[in-house]
Amino acid sequence: MKIKMFSYSQLDTFIHRLSGLTKLISFLFLSFAVMLTYDYRIMLLTLVISMIAFKVAKIQLKQIKIVLLYVLFFLVMNIVLTYVLEPDFGTEVYGTRTILFQFNSYFIVTKETMFYLAVKTLKYFSMIPLGLIFIFTTNPSEFASSLNHIGVPYKVCTTLSLTLRYFPDIIRDYTNISLAQQARGIELSKKEKFSKRFVMTVKMVIPLIFSTLDRVEVISNAMSLRGYGKLKKRSWYSYRKLQASDYCVCLLSLAVLVLSMVMRFYVTKTMFYYPF
Amino acid sequence: MKTMIEFKDFSFQYKSQKKPTLHHINLEIKEGEKVLIVGPSGSGKSTLGHCINGLIPFAYPGKKEGKLFIEENDSEKLDIFSSSKLVGTVMQDADSQFVGLNVGEDIAFSLENNAVETDKMHEIVKKVANLVGMGEFLEQSPLELSGGQKQDVCMAGVMVDEAPILLFDEPLANLDPATGKLVIELIDEINKTQKKTIIIIEHRLEDVLHRPVDRIVLVNNGEILADCKPEELFATTLLEDNGIRLPLYVQAMKYADVDLGKVKNLADDTDYDLQDQKEKLVHWYNTNKTDVKKIESAPLLTIKDLCFSYDGVKPILDHVSLDVHQGEMISVVGKNGAGKSTLCKCICAFEKADAGTLTFENTDMNDLSVKERADRIGFVLQNPNQMICNTMIFDEVAMGLRNRGISEDKIKEKVENTLKICGLYPFRNWPISALSYGQKKRVTIASILALEPKMIILDEPTAGQDYRRYSEIMEFLKSLNEMGIAIVMITHDMHLMLEYTTRSVVLTGGKKIADATPSEVLGNEALIERANLKKTSLSTLAAKAGIEDRIAFIDTFIQHERGHQI
Repeated sequence: MKIKMFSYSQLDTFIHRLSGLTKLISFLFLSFAVMLTYDYRIMLLTLVISMIAFKVAKIQLKQIKIVLLYVLFFLVMNIVLTYVLEPDFGTEVYGTRTILFQFNSYFIVTKETMFYLAVKTLKYFSMIPLGLIFIFTTNPSEFASSLNHIGVPYKVCTTLSLTLRYFPDIIRDYTNISLAQQARGIELSKKEKFSKRFVMTVKMVIPLIFSTLDRVEVISNAMSLRGYGKLKKRSWYSYRKLQASDYCVCLLSLAVLVLSMVMRFYVTKTMFYYPF
Repeated sequence: MKTMIEFKDFSFQYKSQKKPTLHHINLEIKEGEKVLIVGPSGSGKSTLGHCINGLIPFAYPGKKEGKLFIEENDSEKLDIFSSSKLVGTVMQDADSQFVGLNVGEDIAFSLENNAVETDKMHEIVKKVANLVGMGEFLEQSPLELSGGQKQDVCMAGVMVDEAPILLFDEPLANLDPATGKLVIELIDEINKTQKKTIIIIEHRLEDVLHRPVDRIVLVNNGEILADCKPEELFATTLLEDNGIRLPLYVQAMKYADVDLGKVKNLADDTDYDLQDQKEKLVHWYNTNKTDVKKIESAPLLTIKDLCFSYDGVKPILDHVSLDVHQGEMISVVGKNGAGKSTLCKCICAFEKADAGTLTFENTDMNDLSVKERADRIGFVLQNPNQMICNTMIFDEVAMGLRNRGISEDKIKEKVENTLKICGLYPFRNWPISALSYGQKKRVTIASILALEPKMIILDEPTAGQDYRRYSEIMEFLKSLNEMGIAIVMITHDMHLMLEYTTRSVVLTGGKKIADATPSEVLGNEALIERANLKKTSLSTLAAKAGIEDRIAFIDTFIQHERGHQI
């Protein structure tokens, strides 16, 4: 069931119907837009867009719970470390110092630092959903086919979708191998020293490699027998032509990127926009 | 009629091998024929298949002599791609040749490679999927399909090419008996309705003969030993001599000295007519009839009301209760997905049961870890390559003991003992890579045996093995059983169940629906139907001979067979 966690789920929503290429491009555009700046307005805009997309794509909270927990963990770590290492960081960035509260001479709480940390949190939250939407709503084969259509060699594209096809099988092999070894007395839980666990895990890779190699031989024969590699080009069962909606979405995300650039280079002329 | 395949004094030697694998093969297959190629492992039958579909020389280079024509084309001038236009191949393991992320995509794979337009491709896929009855499943991922459905998809994937010849390389290897029957029926239908030439390579003769074939080609040591109609082949001893198992009903007739020439339609396992030979069979039955004695011993493992579910909604095991007695040999049977593997995993604590109790020799096992249970019950995976993780045989067998912190002197003694029992002692200093498949299987069993369990569970111990290796593995397990170790086997093989086990547990939909002697299970048609098992041809034979007690007839056959074993 762990595998389901990260996999494409098949639904019929506006987002799912978009081409994988559109989703990749939009993801990149919007991410750049957010990365370019610390302007909270741009981030709020992206956040709103990704929240709407999230809603439309009908992604369930339970699908992303684990990922979200990881993100939160790293976010909290990041914020705490940033503060502990340099409580006056906001002043360095924004140039002013408005002290709100003071623990001692080192741990001061300034309005600027608080604002900086808040913007940083916002940045995380506006970018993460975009990545998740891409992962959860893109049909890997369809994505491979669109990559091929923009000029990526088809062998690269099929390798991508084959990896996804066989990943669950290899995970299942590994689980079987690991259980069988545990039954022979290999302790893989925390009870064992890390170094020993490490050695054991490496040892279990041997049967995994052998069974995977067996698999590869069978697959590559099966593929040749069905004409794989015969022609210079290849067509795709899952290919979808780009629709008007695809162009619209790309344009929309490009617009956000342009807006972000304009704000950054011509309006605020700074990476760190501070309204106060 | 057109000759589709023609070998003319054809020999082949793999590049990596010192001797030729095929010697002076002469074989002709005509358009629309259905030919079965049989032979033990290593006989050269797969090599013959590879020559036909072009994997030789594409994937396996070597030296060819003589001529091979495929649909009147000289194979010298064909590359793998033009061969694949003439010969469609369905390989042994449907699971690992499934290249698409869903059914539609997998069927389309060959069309994609031929750059057929996307719209047209969808049309063809739909049509062919309907032919094999998978039209409703185009969006399904392979993880959601049963073994038989995967096999159907593979067939469809080959049929989109419209190749005139279809080659099936051991299509039954991983299927439960009833599903295998359906696959054979589907192949027969394709042969009849699509007018395809069909070549089936398989050693499970009886299962293939569920539908008639035109000819059987017997291969061994790289030569063709026979090429004739099934009934002609049955009349000789060639099949038995070359390690191929006769259909059980034919074997029974041979035991009874039936004159096979006088049986009408001998090769059709449901429609043959014994005519005046009935008497001989009845006579044989009456003189050989023996009572099977039941052995009662103390229970070793007691399972009560075991329940398990992955998602809390759909039960995989539904209140299963079971006793395993000391020194028993049991088979667990049922269709793919009936819960057989899950049951065994719950016993070993690989999966945690939701409810129910496990008692082993009066101690409660519920709180024991994987490792602690392994001291009592060993588990052997189907594929030895998935278990072996040392390079030397000695180390592999010693591994479990070393992990238990036993002194090296003691380990040496124990390992050597185990190796002696398993007949591996002469090889103790060999690298494992030098062993054959059957020997590797022994090593994995030895590595479990070294831990001195009182019970061993084996998942499909003989899957994909020919009769000789099957007997070898099973006789070995029987000898362990005679030493007092209880053995539980998950299996699809009705022969194995009949011949070697004293009790069969039948699971369906996570419920235990029967727990009886194998002959009782296979004598009960309703049960066979429910559990996707296959009626043994012996019960049909008993009925045809007018013997009322079919179960006793089956038991008599097995007793007689055991007496004849090597």
